[in-house]
Amino acid sequence: MDPLTPKDVEHIAQLAYIKLSDEESEDMRVQLTNILGHFASLSNVDTDGVEPTGHTTDSNTVMRQDEAKPPLDQEDVLRNAPDRDGEFVRVRPVLE
Amino acid sequence: MTTQLANSDFYFSTARELRAKFDAREISSVEATRSMLDRISALEPSLNSFITVTPERAIAAAELADQRLQGSGEEPTSLTGIPVMVKDNFSTKDVETTAASNILKGYIPPYDGTAVRLLKEAGAVILGKGNLDEFAMGSSNETSAFGPVHNPWDTDRVPGGSSGGAAAGVAAGECFIAFGSDTGGSIRQPAALCGVVGMKPTYGLVSRFGLLAFGSSLDQIGPLTRSVADCADALNIVSNHDPRDSTSVAAPFNDFAKDIDGGVAGMNIGVPKEYLVDGMEPGVREAFEASLKTLEDLGANISETSLPLTDHALAVYYIIAPSEASANLSRYDGVKYGQGVLEAKNSAQATFAARGEGFGDEVKRRIFLGTYALSAGYYDAYYKKAQQVRTLIRREFTDAFLKFDALVTPTSPSTAFKIGDKIEDPFQMYMNDICTIPVNIAGLPSISVPGGMSNGLPVGLQFIGPQFGDTTVIRAAAEYERATNWHQNHPLI
Repeated sequence: MDPLTPKDVEHIAQLAYIKLSDEESEDMRVQLTNILGHFASLSNVDTDGVEPTGHTTDSNTVMRQDEAKPPLDQEDVLRNAPDRDGEFVRVRPVLE
Repeated sequence: MTTQLANSDFYFSTARELRAKFDAREISSVEATRSMLDRISALEPSLNSFITVTPERAIAAAELADQRLQGSGEEPTSLTGIPVMVKDNFSTKDVETTAASNILKGYIPPYDGTAVRLLKEAGAVILGKGNLDEFAMGSSNETSAFGPVHNPWDTDRVPGGSSGGAAAGVAAGECFIAFGSDTGGSIRQPAALCGVVGMKPTYGLVSRFGLLAFGSSLDQIGPLTRSVADCADALNIVSNHDPRDSTSVAAPFNDFAKDIDGGVAGMNIGVPKEYLVDGMEPGVREAFEASLKTLEDLGANISETSLPLTDHALAVYYIIAPSEASANLSRYDGVKYGQGVLEAKNSAQATFAARGEGFGDEVKRRIFLGTYALSAGYYDAYYKKAQQVRTLIRREFTDAFLKFDALVTPTSPSTAFKIGDKIEDPFQMYMNDICTIPVNIAGLPSISVPGGMSNGLPVGLQFIGPQFGDTTVIRAAAEYERATNWHQNHPLI
């Protein structure tokens, strides 16, 4: 396969919401290109008409009764927020 | 501490042996727990197996266990009063849970995961949280944000990973049983490198509720122990049908120890030749061949077989697992829990920064790999293709189990390597999992037992069974254990 470009890495970083330094981006480009190169042999496997396997238990969507259950304790949950205001989680501005 | 407790035989005894001492009133759970906590304090500077130790909670649990063992309250279980460790990717109510990542430092779960709840209900004494590769991504425990774990057999070497703390803790006698998670070998490979028993049950037998998700279609919880019998007992405690995990299989469950004395006479055991990879350490190969001879002497019919798609398993795994990881780890945004970045200009920048600073190199690499494999234009070539080959790998195993009761392979192509030796080359590191990964792809049960020594380091022997053939691999492993004394070797620590 063709080596990834710096632009490819920047695109993936945007999709993944991860900020990389310039040095990290270049390392990532080289390493991903190397790893993906090892995977190229997969294209040699004949998979015509083969159904994909998502997981191995063959169970389908499992539904439960729509019944109210006791919720988690609000304070137990909110104590983990890096920034909070009373019973709210505070976030940085979404719209500027 | 009594002289009896100071004897290293105590630290290396099995959970069943400890339970017999409880029943004979030779020792109480509180005494055993204090002894473990002392040993942890003494060994942690050289091992780093634990991220968090919880002495007060452990003593409180041991006190309750002693009452139960003395006949008040509920009937004791096989694990009542037994000091155990759980990997730090198991959610534990009110006890910090980090997955060895900076992004989760300080995170206090508001609930117990199902496996932890079942352990507590069984009366097990949880000593603390085991070190691991960050988010269980790694094969050497070197990617932990809390520093590497050192192998008790040689502290310059890795314990394997990702359940490195669990394996080192059991091998060094810091706990009697540890619980880990296995996505591509993360229980079995460290068990092999540290000379202990480690089992990945059939996918779906142990609830993943409260296990910090990595690759959801591959992740499975299982025990690391000093005997196969302890492994079966531990599995009996943590396996259940859990409505909170939609992939949890429906009851009824076997008693996993039911066939443990069944032996291997007449059992058909296949040796897939593709697992004897080029570059396998000569000592590992020799130990494996000796183990095959042992199994034959015990009456098993050993024959070579071929699983040609094994050569593609690594690629399938390193597409599927990172793809699932990239989705699972999207929840870590530094808003609701974990380490946030508060000085950012806007919400998006805060998330970019929290994830950029909070995740380590290997986790970022896998998120990038998975994001790429799932992205527009590449999905069919990578993710869908890998899932189709996954179907073919499953079929190949299904066909093999028409002929064989179990398969046997080395657990890892090498013994424990030096800290720092492989961490710079991600693909070399991935190659460590070559013998364990296909099992997760197909959701099969598999157990690694001590299977020899090479240059003073433990070698693991892996049995693989058909889906729900957990009792079969336990039976074969138990018979091998009875016939050998590798499990009686312990590190001089």
